[in-house]
Amino acid sequence: MKILVCISHVPDTTSKINFINGDTEFDTNGVQFVINPNDEFGLTRAIWFKEQQGASVTVVNVGGTDAEATLRKALAIGADEAIRINANPSDGMFVATELAAVVKAGNYDLVIAGKESLDYNGGMVPGMLAGLLGFNFVNSCIGLDVNGTEAKAIREIDGGKETVSTSLPLVIGGQKGLVEEKDLRIPNMRGIMMARTKALDVKEPTTTETASKAVKFEKPAAKSAVKLISADNIDELIDLLHNEAKVI
Amino acid sequence: MSILIYAESAEGKFKKVAFELASYAKKVADAMGTSVTAVTINASNASELGKYGVSKVLQVTNEQLATFNAKGYASVIQQAAEKEGTSLVVLSSTTDSLYLAPLVAVSLKAGYASNVVALPVSTSPFQVKRTAFSNKAFNVTELTTTVKVIGLAKNSYGLNEDAVATSEEAFAPALDSSAFGVKVENVEKVTGKVTIADAEIVVSAGRGMKGPENWGMIEELAAVLGAATACSKPVSDIGWRPHSEHVGQTGKPVASNLYIAVGISGAIQHIAGINSSKVKVVINTDPEAPFFKVADYGIVGDAFDVVPKLIEKLKAFKAANA
Repeated sequence: MKILVCISHVPDTTSKINFINGDTEFDTNGVQFVINPNDEFGLTRAIWFKEQQGASVTVVNVGGTDAEATLRKALAIGADEAIRINANPSDGMFVATELAAVVKAGNYDLVIAGKESLDYNGGMVPGMLAGLLGFNFVNSCIGLDVNGTEAKAIREIDGGKETVSTSLPLVIGGQKGLVEEKDLRIPNMRGIMMARTKALDVKEPTTTETASKAVKFEKPAAKSAVKLISADNIDELIDLLHNEAKVI
Repeated sequence: MSILIYAESAEGKFKKVAFELASYAKKVADAMGTSVTAVTINASNASELGKYGVSKVLQVTNEQLATFNAKGYASVIQQAAEKEGTSLVVLSSTTDSLYLAPLVAVSLKAGYASNVVALPVSTSPFQVKRTAFSNKAFNVTELTTTVKVIGLAKNSYGLNEDAVATSEEAFAPALDSSAFGVKVENVEKVTGKVTIADAEIVVSAGRGMKGPENWGMIEELAAVLGAATACSKPVSDIGWRPHSEHVGQTGKPVASNLYIAVGISGAIQHIAGINSSKVKVVINTDPEAPFFKVADYGIVGDAFDVVPKLIEKLKAFKAANA
């Protein structure tokens, strides 16, 4: 099994979000970047397939040179090789088109991507990739087993979960559940040393076509201070929720 | 030419989001000088959509689509859009619609914007405001393709009655066998409980509850309010509550009308996941807890003292307002 894991290079979950250049660009100053958490669950499951079932694992990112540190981390965790498409990941359709070209060139039969990235939250790349490639597709995936070319996956649905059977080639939109948080790996020194010698191929994009563009960013309006209510005056809270907020 | 919505249903009955989408699409259609067409799959009572501004309903009845299938449903929506010559498809943010939306976008060669929170900023060029950076910012996105697909964020528009005459038409799109590559084997669904996805009110609790044995009062508070129960990440990690209740950046997102946080300090990742809720109430012993900075109403106090009193007062309130 040849697995391709798509990695987004995103601000750490605790980052302060600010914008520059007239609110048209994300301010990366002082921001720590990490592997997108939804992708990391998928990567860890892919490495499980490598160790248990002899799969090969390639990681890919569409991004600038700054994303290479994130790809190296993925290699240190256990991926075999990395590919970076040298382009600004400005639009979901563009990213999916580039990833589809990588999948075709490398004959991957299982593609795992996070169901959404924590920066733009578009939630579209895995589905678009499946659509472009004509592969089977399971989104919001919280469990995956592969036996030969047959796959069993668990998908989160509103109010529960659903078990599905499908087959390779397959695209997975993954999230927590593919592995648990405790199964995530911190790169050790040996992994970090080995990652330095693993291949990290840089390729130029195949297209410049996009379907959308970010016009500008806004921060939410500053909210008014919390109204404190005494623990001895619950009636006041109920009155405020009923008459002021009108939610009960 | 018309705007197309996919009006979701469960067991033949429309979900509330179907009416919300219709309300939203009607407003956009008025601005663009067009009308709203809905496509439905195995739903009855198509005429209910007219109340919210849908002029035409394409009704698909197909046994093969009895269970949700992203590719099959996406293909239906694509064919409906092509038949109507639509330039804008409006979808919801249910798990199923988030699943099929990118497939619809690819098949229509359309740009797609998800998490749209308001009416378009402009219809020409077509620009919409959406949430990004896990609710820590908004992003105005321009879709530059001829056909556009947008996903309306949960609970962001509401219902607006605007009745029009509705025509109904049976629609039987052809489905390719490749649309059936993923088969549902088994569905496990909580019944008789309000789900976080559908809830108007969510009652959530954290480590301040001291142990799983103390969740009775949280469940009772939720029951009084007709709310769903949720929990913080540490609580699900240590196994006090099931993972399905974990809300936050890496858990389920919450966009309820009212979110009550009991004994949750309000880590930035938790807030990111629940910030789309309209009104937030915090109950915490620590007045310095970060949750007080984002809440609308707060009580500094011990959950074990406040929650039982709140349950009692709410019961009285419900009885008086029944």
